[in-house]
Amino acid sequence: MIKNAEWLVVGHSKDFPIRIGRTIHIKGAEIAVFRTSENELYAVENINPHPKRGPLTEAIVSGHYIYDPLYDWKIDLKTGIVQEPDHGQVKTFAVCEEGEEVKVSLETV
Amino acid sequence: MINSKQKLVVIGNGMAGINTVEQILKLTDKYEITVLGNEPHPNYNRIMLSYVLEGSKTIDDIILNDLQWYADQGITLYTGKMVKSIDGENKKIHTEDGLEIDYDVALVATGSQSFILPIPGKELPGVIGFRDIADCSAMLEAAKTFKKAAVIGGGLLGLEAAKGLVNLGMDVTVVHLMEDLMERQLDREASAMLKAELERQGIKFAMQMQTSEVYGQDRVQGLRFSDGSELEADLVVMAVGIKPNIQVAVQCGMETNRGIVVDDLMRTSVPDVYAVGECVEHRGICYGLVAPLFEQGSVIAKHLAGAETEGYMGSVVSTKLKISGVDVFSAGEFITQPEHTVIVAKDEWKRTYKKVLLRENKIVGTVLFGDVSESASLQKYVRQQTQMTDEIYGQIMGTGCSNHGAKTLSAETMADDEIVCGCNGVTKKAIVDAINDNGLTTVDEIKACTGATRSCGGCKPVVEQILQYVLGDSFKTSAKQGICGCTSLSRDEIVEAIKTKGLTTTREVMNVLGWHNDEGCSKCRPALNYYLGMINPDTYENEGDSRFVNERLHANIQKDGTFTVVPRMYGGVTTPEDLKKIADVSLKYNVKVVKVTGGQRLDLIGVRKEDLPKVWEELDMPSGYAYAKSLRTVKTCVGSQFCRFGTQDSMGMGEVLERKFERLDFPAKFKLAVNGCPRNCAESCTKDIGIVGNDGGWEIFIGGNGGIKARLADSLCKVKTDAELIDIVGAVMQFYRETGQYLERTSEWVERIGLEEIQKAVVQDTDHRQALVERIEFALQQVEDPWKKIINDEDTRKNLFEVVTPSIV
Repeated sequence: MIKNAEWLVVGHSKDFPIRIGRTIHIKGAEIAVFRTSENELYAVENINPHPKRGPLTEAIVSGHYIYDPLYDWKIDLKTGIVQEPDHGQVKTFAVCEEGEEVKVSLETV
Repeated sequence: MINSKQKLVVIGNGMAGINTVEQILKLTDKYEITVLGNEPHPNYNRIMLSYVLEGSKTIDDIILNDLQWYADQGITLYTGKMVKSIDGENKKIHTEDGLEIDYDVALVATGSQSFILPIPGKELPGVIGFRDIADCSAMLEAAKTFKKAAVIGGGLLGLEAAKGLVNLGMDVTVVHLMEDLMERQLDREASAMLKAELERQGIKFAMQMQTSEVYGQDRVQGLRFSDGSELEADLVVMAVGIKPNIQVAVQCGMETNRGIVVDDLMRTSVPDVYAVGECVEHRGICYGLVAPLFEQGSVIAKHLAGAETEGYMGSVVSTKLKISGVDVFSAGEFITQPEHTVIVAKDEWKRTYKKVLLRENKIVGTVLFGDVSESASLQKYVRQQTQMTDEIYGQIMGTGCSNHGAKTLSAETMADDEIVCGCNGVTKKAIVDAINDNGLTTVDEIKACTGATRSCGGCKPVVEQILQYVLGDSFKTSAKQGICGCTSLSRDEIVEAIKTKGLTTTREVMNVLGWHNDEGCSKCRPALNYYLGMINPDTYENEGDSRFVNERLHANIQKDGTFTVVPRMYGGVTTPEDLKKIADVSLKYNVKVVKVTGGQRLDLIGVRKEDLPKVWEELDMPSGYAYAKSLRTVKTCVGSQFCRFGTQDSMGMGEVLERKFERLDFPAKFKLAVNGCPRNCAESCTKDIGIVGNDGGWEIFIGGNGGIKARLADSLCKVKTDAELIDIVGAVMQFYRETGQYLERTSEWVERIGLEEIQKAVVQDTDHRQALVERIEFALQQVEDPWKKIINDEDTRKNLFEVVTPSIV
């Protein structure tokens, strides 16, 4: 957890269903938020690390990994690291749930 | 820290020893491994030395494991160390320079050396074998200053050495004791063709000559033969065979004969000491080829890892000459015996020769010259003693103008830098390296490692061929592969389990059937979602989160993240009113491009995700399913309504079929075409089901494809009435739904299941057809238009399509 970070409320808990990504526009940034089956929230920059770019929100979610919707790259939501045989990393952001509020910090993890 | 690992010491840093180590590392980490090698190099691919000599590869190219690899694996490597003795009683190994190494398990992999003829003059400088990098360097060196070379031995190695020396500019004569070259691998015909070809390439031959002496003063000057004749030579390469290196084994009292004697578990007579490779004699045979050592290594690895193994049963060996432009291959039996049935094709113009030997109709041996593209499959057939069939005959011997003629490229002749997987830009070399470096054995592993076959999958057969070519004899087609990396279960096993165990969700399937990966992957989740829905059309609740984005959002995602919307136009027919509406909506939502699709529909490209529900609502048309594993389009011609040639109403029938069967899930996308006459303007021959009207009714074709795997459709049957046509189309669809593998197009499905089987199921067996029709009707009752559904479903609309823009920011 980041201390003294600026936390921004991005929505209600029920806006983030399990294994379905949501796109969030916040302070000029575009972020994809995912809730895993284990009920953990992750936020990553909504830009595919593939050279051809594209969004990530529509990925298939499996555990704390996503399979990107355009090129089927497997990406670890915890670290943003693209899994073999592909390479790359996507920016990750801190996200938390307080009460029924979901909050994101724009300081990268 | 207490080290509880057992000490495994490998004597020999060659292909056999290191391959065995690699196989052990794959199975267990219970050994602390030390490798002792007497050459100063890391492990290299000895088979490729011919290419080094030939100049097409450098020594660096043939390094199999570099020093970093040993470090990464935690292996202690000593190079340039000669082992003096093995002390089996105290389990210690001593090296010549005084090192003493303890072992719990030892592996002797000392290989072999060139057999040097015991004749006078054999010690003269300039007389060498052809075995290791040092020999190779000596030849490269000699070629710089000397002109004439003699190679004793007209076998595989001798010929490869000779060709290498010719390439280096030397005048080379091959001296051979026998009447025929490579007489242990080739029959007389092939041998003669080989000799003629090599003579063309500049090699001279002295056949049926026995060398009695090497003469010379300070250096070799020539050979003297038993008939008294002589041959001048500044370099003599002896390639008359190999001699297993057994000195160390003999010294410690290990049982040896020609090689180190081992049992089926590759154990020597000394407890806890194993042996592998060319130093070994198994059931009286010493192998001088690479394929057996992989098999032997695998037995040792399994045994040492504590896994079950049948033991080594000996190998079917095959031979391939590694000289550019001369393709020779043989496997199994090759000399014709009276009991053989022989298939021979000799073509003196193309300079090819093929011979396949059968015993009781089983394939037991083969010789190929000039065209070895079938070597991998033949090797497999010989090993498995496969029964000869019409298909195999057609495949191997070619059947003139049939489809079999259009064979895929041979992996062997393909250039290193040729792109195999066009989607991901993977070259042949990248695949070969991945196989060699990581010990890969399946196409799936190659996919995971290189990305090849990952996108369209069109290159899979070629990748398989390359795998087969690299692994040679250790290639196993029987290796069981599941539907994805998460399971070893096949499609049929999974479908069967869903039915018999009454599984109802993807999660339940994964739990009950022991998925390695709790929540599956992007391959199995959509597949399970389909199978479950196909089996229980009325009760299964579709899992949107297990669907690929296009099917979850009911539009095609494009690379910039926008979507393409394609409204239904039944049979490719629309109205001016609908066109007007499409134009209005396209303008309102800033559609980037309006394009006519290959299936006679309109693409509205470039719609933002959040606009999709509104676009659908304002279009007020059904979804065209251009994104789905479902009935996409029914392409039609003008037909009897307007066309002067039309015999049937193709537009009408196209609309009927499309309305009836739309929205149903299939294993893959599904396309139809209906033609009013045999002119086939709607291109029925490349559709999953193609329908062609004729004077008396319709002809139905199935399994066509114009995409990745282009294939012309097969004629299924002819029918007289429209009702019969609709029934059979429905029955084909349902049969495909029930037996198809997820993502398997009908072009592959028809070939896998067999046209006759499908004809039986949907044409001849009318009861079966009726049952299929009933099941598809039942499934069709459950479908609804996804666009309309989402327009009316506030929650889904919000969660799937809306972008959250917090007001506070």
